[in-house]
Amino acid sequence: MSESNRETVLGSLRRALGRDGPVDEDTAAKLRARMVGHARNTVPARTDLDAAGLVELFETMAQKVHATVAHVSSMDDVPGAVGEYLRGENLPSEIVMAPDATLDAAPWSENALLDIRRGAPVESDQVSVTSVPAAVAETGTLAMYSGPDHPATLNFIPETHVVVLPAGRVVKSYEDIWDSIRAQAADPDSGRDGQLPRTVNFVTGPSRSGDIEQTLLLGAHGPRRLHIVIVDGE
Amino acid sequence: MSGSTTRNFKANAARELANDTLRAALTKSKGHFTDGRTTAAENLPEFEALRDQSRDIKNHTIENLDFYLEAYEEKVRESGGHVHWARTAEDARQIVLGICRSVDAKAVNKGKSMISEECEINEMLEANGIRAVETDLGEYIIQLRGEKPSHIIAPAVHLTKGQVEESFRANHTHLDPDRVLEEPPTLLDEARTILRKKYFEAEVGMTGANLLIAETGSSIIVTNEGNGDLSQLIPKVHIVLASVEKIVPTLEDASTILRVLARSATGQEFSSYTTLSTGPKREGDPDGPEQYHVILLDNGRTDMIGTEFQEMLRCIRCGACMNHCPVYQSVGGHAYGWVYPGPMGSVLSPGLLGVDEAGHLPNASTFCGRCEEVCPVRIPLPKMMRNWREQEFEKHLSPGTARVGLGLWAFMAKRPKLYQLATGLQMRLLARIGHAKGRLSSLPLAKGWTKYRELPAPEGRTFQSRWKSGERPL
Repeated sequence: MSESNRETVLGSLRRALGRDGPVDEDTAAKLRARMVGHARNTVPARTDLDAAGLVELFETMAQKVHATVAHVSSMDDVPGAVGEYLRGENLPSEIVMAPDATLDAAPWSENALLDIRRGAPVESDQVSVTSVPAAVAETGTLAMYSGPDHPATLNFIPETHVVVLPAGRVVKSYEDIWDSIRAQAADPDSGRDGQLPRTVNFVTGPSRSGDIEQTLLLGAHGPRRLHIVIVDGE
Repeated sequence: MSGSTTRNFKANAARELANDTLRAALTKSKGHFTDGRTTAAENLPEFEALRDQSRDIKNHTIENLDFYLEAYEEKVRESGGHVHWARTAEDARQIVLGICRSVDAKAVNKGKSMISEECEINEMLEANGIRAVETDLGEYIIQLRGEKPSHIIAPAVHLTKGQVEESFRANHTHLDPDRVLEEPPTLLDEARTILRKKYFEAEVGMTGANLLIAETGSSIIVTNEGNGDLSQLIPKVHIVLASVEKIVPTLEDASTILRVLARSATGQEFSSYTTLSTGPKREGDPDGPEQYHVILLDNGRTDMIGTEFQEMLRCIRCGACMNHCPVYQSVGGHAYGWVYPGPMGSVLSPGLLGVDEAGHLPNASTFCGRCEEVCPVRIPLPKMMRNWREQEFEKHLSPGTARVGLGLWAFMAKRPKLYQLATGLQMRLLARIGHAKGRLSSLPLAKGWTKYRELPAPEGRTFQSRWKSGERPL
């Protein structure tokens, strides 16, 4: 059924567009070049800033959408900052953490108060900790790529998501993210095997809903709290 | 109960205008989206340029839609996904059912999708013994109530919190009947707890798509709650149901449209979650779906190409036109009688359902032009509504009284002497009748006007006769 549907839809499209077959070879070459070239359209000028300016813009934009932000000076201070945040919010100290190399660099075992499991979350997990490969200053957006080191469900199942962001990973725009996932796919050492990650999650603030009388409520289905620990020295 | 889907706009609108609960709900939401959009647009100096570019990207794609669809299809297959083509809503239903049966699905978790509403997927699933679970808070509420969405991005905007409480009490009968449940946060918490369980029970997750990317074979969903992500990440099968015009060439083109989408819709700079999905989970991935299916739906869209309604296919479903429409804001979405309300619905519905079924909808307009002013892809909605009106008139589908009245008026208007004589007589007559009060509270043939307001009585002479006798404003 699907095959004949395909021909019917394409056929009626082509008739409507005034052609009796596919686009001619010249046009096809131009359209392919447009896709392969993937030129940028207008990118807002608000991100014409130096590295420190970008981190500042990222922070302002993220806080505007109800994320909270803390700064530490190195990866050594990350476990302490995570523990302090959880205590301050009266949250459990059991955390499920992404098995990623960035987080491996922090001295978790020195913080005996945290009870850490690495891997994908289960329904009962309350707090997740992940790092993030990049963040977009333009709108305070975190960009997370699914893979063995970052189960995408960590971004959605627990009520609290703590994200460790090395400051050097703040980029200007979404377009920078596309370039980076394309480069990663093409890099034979990335393990991506020529493919994009299955899921790229752009996360801008915690989960929210306005479905009841337009009242803004946080934590509709995803995390109620999104806490970002910026590592200034990295 | 509100939520009628009969397609008689006039009767629906009259009923909804008398619905005090709907009034209360619409009054509460008023200004929320419109103010947000204004602020978001002001905060981005490039906003107007991005609207132009979004329009041009969509035009370019539609003009080469067959090419981009085939390119997209190839990329989906390369990344391990499946593409299915659906000419009609029935085709789409059969494809969904086939996929569900292949994994013996008992339940399908659903992210919010207007295409799913258009194809009545839930009704089909339930008829085949498969549970359809709407997970978007607004969709969940209206599913409990057996209603249709009244807005394309805020499906339950027509309801008050009291009505939501009623529905939760009626449906969540396993919970303590004496629990406190009146404020939105407690209502949300209850829905969150109940839906949480369901995320882990379904075999199939289904979402729509805001965009499909030809370059990569990816689909994008834009949400705030995170339900669409939980719906697609946990079950073993992810079905994307999307219409053919959702495609754009590249990720860069998608970024441009994303920059105008949330700003136009809710006034957010960017939605909480924008998710790019490409194929099924990769080897070594600890989570994600094992199967990724995309259903490309036509259902009347390609028939609009090459007609004066082609530009409607640019629509990115932000809802700005209905948020700014005085008619929509007065009667709500259900009065429009089908899944797409407001100005975009008044143009799209006759295109998809036919002018016989929905040709009266373009009359639900004051032609104030706000919809076109705020449309992020600059669709000339008022012009298109006029085009539909002409078609409706030519097909003799407009009411007999309107046709006779217009015919009579045309006869007089083409004969100036007669026209002046008749209007002159009329003015003098009305002036005499209304002399005492200075206004008329009932008038034969004009009940539609005088039922809700009084007609000021004319002073006795027409503008033309006063002009002729040399009267001039100071």
